[in-house]
Amino acid sequence: MVNKPTRRTDDLIGQDLWNIQLDDQGRLKHFLTIEGLGTNILNQILDTAESFAGVNESVKKVPLLRGKTIVNLFFEASTRTRTTFELAAKRLSADVLNMNISVSATSKGETLLDTLRNLEAMQTDMFVVRHADSGTAHFIANHVAPHIRVLNAGDGRHAHPTQAMLDMFTIRRNKGADFGKLRVAIVGDIMHSRVARSQIHALNTLNTGEVRVVGPKTLIPKDIESMGVSVFHDLENGIKDADVVIMLRLQKERMSGALLPSEQEYYELYGLTEERFKLAKPDAIVMHPGPINRGVEIESSVADGDRSVILDQVTYGIAVRMAVMSMTLGGNRTAQDQEKK
Amino acid sequence: MTHIAEPEKLLEKLATDLENLLESRAIEKPLMVGIHTGGAWLAEILHKQLKLEDDLSTLDISFYRDDFSRIGMNPQVKTSSLPPQVEDRHIILVDDVLQTGRTIRAAMNEIFDYGRPASITLACLIERTGRELPIQADVVGQILELNDDEQVKLAGPEPLAWEIKRTGLK
Repeated sequence: MVNKPTRRTDDLIGQDLWNIQLDDQGRLKHFLTIEGLGTNILNQILDTAESFAGVNESVKKVPLLRGKTIVNLFFEASTRTRTTFELAAKRLSADVLNMNISVSATSKGETLLDTLRNLEAMQTDMFVVRHADSGTAHFIANHVAPHIRVLNAGDGRHAHPTQAMLDMFTIRRNKGADFGKLRVAIVGDIMHSRVARSQIHALNTLNTGEVRVVGPKTLIPKDIESMGVSVFHDLENGIKDADVVIMLRLQKERMSGALLPSEQEYYELYGLTEERFKLAKPDAIVMHPGPINRGVEIESSVADGDRSVILDQVTYGIAVRMAVMSMTLGGNRTAQDQEKK
Repeated sequence: MTHIAEPEKLLEKLATDLENLLESRAIEKPLMVGIHTGGAWLAEILHKQLKLEDDLSTLDISFYRDDFSRIGMNPQVKTSSLPPQVEDRHIILVDDVLQTGRTIRAAMNEIFDYGRPASITLACLIERTGRELPIQADVVGQILELNDDEQVKLAGPEPLAWEIKRTGLK
């Protein structure tokens, strides 16, 4: 149906000694990228999130992470991601520190590592990191004390793994657990999108039938086919018979140079209008990681329509982040390792 | 090792004893809650035998365990399905094996997060030695004396059978 990726992530499990995301028993330790994680881990995240979704609908709060301190380290502005991480931590009974680094220590000349050492000295347990530079979460995970867990909340153009997993959760809830029969189209600014990269890895790991990327040549990386996707440069063909259409935001803040003539022209060619959405399957859903630019990449009536699951994505984001937090923070493995010795 | 009766045999006794107990306590419309996974299988059978009106509920206590910070997340968490209204209800809590009492402690904590029940009755197929908390069952299929290194576990759901292991841990 489609060219498959050259390296299946499943084949790498067990050989990936460099994968700092997993502990020696193959359990999730940090969550930095979808790459290198097997179908089993992704499904475990989705299954655990399913039971937390139940918690969110009923008791709201469980005592699982009582006594743990989670630090939101945001070097880049964010509302949705930071607040849902904060709510997820609070619903697990953890304490939360929100650090807006751009306006605090670093502006006084403190280095990143010194900031980290200070936060570690406050007996914290997890850093949730967002940064405009790719690789920051990896760097931090490589330098923190052994008991600290690191979650990537978006690093540059590289990855946004919790967003990808909440998207997978949204797809699974709407379309069932068999990704093999699904055709998923990701539309828009693939080039600057860490969300798209993580989504593609996750969709491939879950063995999705066909993954398409749709957008103008200037906004699609040249070697993208090697990730196991098919490329479309016109929207009509790209979303034809799709089960899921994921619209991406134009990331103007990350664009340098003239990649686009104008927003108006972009909308004419790539905006998801009601008329165009009819080309997808009749029961297709439309998703968007937010924030949405109405009239730039999506028509308002589509974003607010009954096949839009954009606000469900936000709701599910809490359950998925609760799942990742509890999977990484459970089990004092460092203490266990020391006992063994 | 002591002989354990077949799960089906014990279930018959448990159902009869439970019915008598509910009658003596004048409990009319109880809410049955099975603890994942073994307790949920048993509760399904008991729920049919007792012809209870309300739907069967299930509880996964993974999020309430007291050993979470030592052993971490259960890789297979199920969803709890308590009704939103447990306030003033009479609850029958069903589990397969009562050992330390920690599971029941966690289950009661979870139930109380949903509301304040009128009462909780505990029904266990096996009550074995090894209690670490002041918790006891109201209705029991069989009482077993086992050593600390002996483990008994219910396998199922079709067919229900006991699995007995020596863990080698003291």
